[in-house]
Amino acid sequence: MKCQKCEKPATFHITELTGDEVSALHYCAECADKYLKSDSDDEPVAEEVGTAITKHLKIDQTADELHRLDQKVCPVCGITFYEFRQSGRLGCPNDYEYFQEELNPLIMSIHGETNHVGRRPARGDDGMLMQQIEVIRLRKEMTEAVEREDYELASRIRDQIKQLEEELQ
Amino acid sequence: MKPTDFADELGEWLRGDGPESDIVMSSRIRLARNLGDFPFIKKCNDVHKASIESTVCEKVTSHSDLADTVFVKVNDLEELERQFLVERQLISREHSESSGARSVAIDKQEVFSLMINEEDHLRIQVMKSGLDLEKAWERVETIDNALEENIRFAFDSQLGYLTACPTNVGTGMRVSVMLHLPALVMTRQIEKVFRSLEKVNLAVRGLYGEGSQAMGEFYQISNQITLGKSETDLINDVSEIVPVIIGYERKAREYLINESQDDLHDKVSRAIGTLQNAHQISSEETMQLLSKVRLGVNLDLIHDVQLSTVNKLFLRTQPAHLQVLAGKKLSTTDRNVERANYLRRHLNSSQGKSDSGEDLFV
Ligand SMILES: [Zn+2]
Ligand SMILES: [Zn+2]
Repeated sequence: MKCQKCEKPATFHITELTGDEVSALHYCAECADKYLKSDSDDEPVAEEVGTAITKHLKIDQTADELHRLDQKVCPVCGITFYEFRQSGRLGCPNDYEYFQEELNPLIMSIHGETNHVGRRPARGDDGMLMQQIEVIRLRKEMTEAVEREDYELASRIRDQIKQLEEELQ
Repeated sequence: MKPTDFADELGEWLRGDGPESDIVMSSRIRLARNLGDFPFIKKCNDVHKASIESTVCEKVTSHSDLADTVFVKVNDLEELERQFLVERQLISREHSESSGARSVAIDKQEVFSLMINEEDHLRIQVMKSGLDLEKAWERVETIDNALEENIRFAFDSQLGYLTACPTNVGTGMRVSVMLHLPALVMTRQIEKVFRSLEKVNLAVRGLYGEGSQAMGEFYQISNQITLGKSETDLINDVSEIVPVIIGYERKAREYLINESQDDLHDKVSRAIGTLQNAHQISSEETMQLLSKVRLGVNLDLIHDVQLSTVNKLFLRTQPAHLQVLAGKKLSTTDRNVERANYLRRHLNSSQGKSDSGEDLFV
């Protein structure tokens, strides 16, 4: 039997049950290693999420539209949609809001739901997320100020962060 | 304290007791959490990672419910020490191999581990020996509550806990049970069993290895979705299925005993014979043979080896453990020799006497 990813003999055999099908994966040592390392052992592989979202998009997106979408940048953390699509990982909590239109169909197809019904923070969650995202934005501005060697601005931003953090406690 | 100080201990999940422990190795619940005021790991710079690490460390050590915790800076560890923690399932492979400030907080009984700066800022994990999701969840809840007193996690009122990967959003919870299913594999019914699970949104994953089937006939069952169901419902989904699979495995074992006892006895005896006599052996072959021995012990075909000894050997014959116990780095060839020595010593000397774990590596 040959490896599914390359032509070497398959020595690793992995059984996967995903959604409504059982699949057996057959990899050579090298490809199995890659597969297993990209995975924190009991959850879907992040890269597969990237592939899944690309599939979702292709259905009704032309190459031009996809190219434009790939350039979309979260103003808070600076992640591009392309980066997310490649890695399957988001850059900050704001991405759920910012890329909502693209993410919601993906979330629906993974979970079959878009509403959380489990545990909630005991201290409540009113408006916290907005303020927290503001702190993340300020952290990025501060880093950029330091890079420009604008230490005066950086220290002003640091004070701002400190004040917001205290309010959040 | 160094992480390898744990080498003398067996760790919670290999204790070999707990409900249904002849078939269920361990139950595990894991929560993903992120600090709301930092970007996710992908967009964290070194400064961010270091402040997340120190913030969490401070909150954990100052909380009375989490006092009995050892903090290990994974970034400062040698590769062998990191691999050692991976083999004990205290950190993930990804956590071991990524870069930058990251740590793990472990309680002394190795029941819980708290990975900091893994795929998410925090991964809270609780493991119990045997089938015991209820107790695992109780513990996870206590830890999550304790952390939440001092840390504001990224939480959206519609989507729930926000995670780096959308596959974990909502509860951020992964429930998994590790099962030993040798009889279902031997009777070629395993795939059929998995197919019967199709509609219930559960994932089955075999341990990888050489040969035509999953290594050691261990399979992990876990929830696929994390959003739209409560934590209790997600746990129930797994809890309801596991006894059904246990039932199938017991029937298959009964069948083997009644219909092909000679064949079964032969397989089991050859497995223990090889392990007791080999002079070099790979970790894959060891896993496969120990799996047969484990079945033999559970079916009373082998009388002079304890289940806890078998569990211990599963862990201590793995590459990093072998080297830590030997006190030096070993090449693959040397490891195969050392592993065979270790197995011979432990399977030939444990005859008739109970294994208390004091015979470490003399
Ligand atoms: Zn390959
Ligand atoms: Zn962002």
